[in-house]
Amino acid sequence: MIGNALMQALRAIRRNVLRSFLTILGIVIGVAAVIIMVTLGGGATVQVTQQIASLGSNLLMVRPGQRLGPGLRSPAAAFTIRDVEAMRKQLPGLAAVAPTASKGVTLVYGNTNYSSTVSGTENAFFTVRNWTLAAGREFTPAELRGGSAVCIVGDTVRRELFGGQQPLGAKIRIDKVSCDVIGLLEPKGQTSMGTDQDDLVVMPLRAFWRRIAGNQDVNFIQVSARQGVDTQRVKRDIELLMRERRHISRTQDDDFTVLDMKEIAKTLSGATQVLTALLSAVAAVSLLVGGIGIMNIMLVSVTERTREIGIRLAIGALERDVLLQFLVEAVVLSSLGGIVGIVLAIAVSIGAASALRLPFIFNGGIVALAFFFSAAVGVVFGYFPARKAARLDPIDALRYE
Amino acid sequence: MSSLASTDDTPAVELRGVTKVYGSGEAAVAALCGVDLRIATGEFVAMMGPSGSGKSTCMNILGCLDTPSDGSYRFRGVDAGALSRGERALLRRHYLGFVFQGFNLLARTSALENVELPLIYRGMPVAERRARARQALHDVGLDGRETHTPAELSGGQQQRVAIARAIVADPTLLLADEPTGNLDSARSREIMELMTALNRERGLTVVMVTHEPDMAAYASRVVHFLDGQVDVDEANHRLPS
Ligand SMILES: Nc1ncnc2c1ncn2[C@@H]1O[C@H](COP(=O)(O)OP(=O)(O)OP(=O)(O)O)[C@@H](O)[C@H]1O
Ligand SMILES: [Mg+2]
Repeated sequence: MIGNALMQALRAIRRNVLRSFLTILGIVIGVAAVIIMVTLGGGATVQVTQQIASLGSNLLMVRPGQRLGPGLRSPAAAFTIRDVEAMRKQLPGLAAVAPTASKGVTLVYGNTNYSSTVSGTENAFFTVRNWTLAAGREFTPAELRGGSAVCIVGDTVRRELFGGQQPLGAKIRIDKVSCDVIGLLEPKGQTSMGTDQDDLVVMPLRAFWRRIAGNQDVNFIQVSARQGVDTQRVKRDIELLMRERRHISRTQDDDFTVLDMKEIAKTLSGATQVLTALLSAVAAVSLLVGGIGIMNIMLVSVTERTREIGIRLAIGALERDVLLQFLVEAVVLSSLGGIVGIVLAIAVSIGAASALRLPFIFNGGIVALAFFFSAAVGVVFGYFPARKAARLDPIDALRYE
Repeated sequence: MSSLASTDDTPAVELRGVTKVYGSGEAAVAALCGVDLRIATGEFVAMMGPSGSGKSTCMNILGCLDTPSDGSYRFRGVDAGALSRGERALLRRHYLGFVFQGFNLLARTSALENVELPLIYRGMPVAERRARARQALHDVGLDGRETHTPAELSGGQQQRVAIARAIVADPTLLLADEPTGNLDSARSREIMELMTALNRERGLTVVMVTHEPDMAAYASRVVHFLDGQVDVDEANHRLPS
């Protein structure tokens, strides 16, 4: 009986293709909207998490001053190398500590100029940032101690300065200083804020102090916590140590900031998830509206096909035959809407993901849920019109003009 | 439904003192008042009478589409007035064929699919259903028109599709309410000849409402209605011209 009802439903739908299409449009849009929102939202969450993980595992950043607003920090004295040594000595929860100092510079190679940033640091930098070399080597202890004019370049700098040429062994000028390129960093891409991580040059801290900065400041300290150690705890330890070293009294606020990247990742991905949930809820409402559209058209259809129903009842259809027929028709329509919506959503999600540079993550669960929901919409909103059809009096229905 | 198997002397249908009242109180209209009618298996009966005399109402009761307000209606010996809506539907499914005045075919549906319809509700397998629908279309002279939709058929052809649909499930009683009402006289005669042939060759009991004496002439018996009652009930001696 279901088989026949299904066949008849398909016939009825085929008899009125344009209207059937318009009827399911609401469901198509609803289903597509939900899936697109969830898929893109999921992609954004994964991207944020991945990017922050790519900064380095268990990474914490210690900077002087407090963040006051976007791009605004309260003035505070830079750290010194002694702060770094104290951290290494007194905080056992740390796996690596990388003192860093940076400056915007002009790089020159041959007759190519390029503006970038140079960071003076130590080999721990590569550990905390979870960064490997694509070619060349890290700094030797002698280079670090002696402040040799050697450097390791990021992928963007390589591209801008050397083009297709091999950078290793080349000499570049950083401001006035001539410097040997000894290594090339693996490309990392952009952060979620859109800054290019590969646009930098790294050199030994002492070389940076002596030849570029002219002082012995440490602008920020990057720290990675030991595996299995709670980063929040490490953060508190660093805060206590730095308050003591910077002579901050009990009543004063910190004049430095410790950023826990894990925490930031959690906050950011939490925010994306909330946003996704909200947008999906709005999309789900459109699915409901689509259901009402189906009910509306099914009611019109029942009225329009009153004579057909009369004929069916007269030639021996039972109430439940007619009920089933119209119910199946509504479910077929709404499921069709679901399927078209799913196909549309996947196409749009792939397109939008690549346009927004988000990863496309196929979420089978939400696709199945959306399909189930669209079919359920057909049952719920198709029932009332179907019952109306089934309860018609055959004589009245046959006489209906 | 095999329990409905009737012996030869059970009439195909039997109305006894059937009254049908529409509405209630002041607005009540008696469409039928005290109709007695017995039709034997194999008869070809024409119903005539002025408009509003109760012919269609009587047909609806004969066709188990409606129940009498009073009196009894026996279909092959079974009291149809006592049956539920669903039971009457099953009765129609297995024993009755209808031809309506306005053809009443499903629009935008092929002739074959229209004829198949009653068999679908009988739960017949597709292949058998197709074959029988084809045969029925052949029987009414519509070979080669299986895929035509009603819009692609003439009025006479549409009515033949309707007859094919009415007989495809091998009913024992064929009810036709003004089957030639929309047709010209040549087309009407073709339809009447078809119905006569079905009556003669298959022993199908036929009850037909008509306003035209020429069409009534095909029947073996003519029942005249007047104001909801049987006025004249006579055997037909006139031969179709
Ligand atoms: N559903 C209904 N509600 C109220 N009155 C009805 C209904 N159906 C029929 N009637 C009335 O019953 C009477 C008989 O109607 P019926 O349709 O049986 O006449 P008829 O003989 O078939 O007429 P015609 O030749 O015009 O088809 C009419 O007065 C009609 O108004
Ligand atoms: Mg009538």
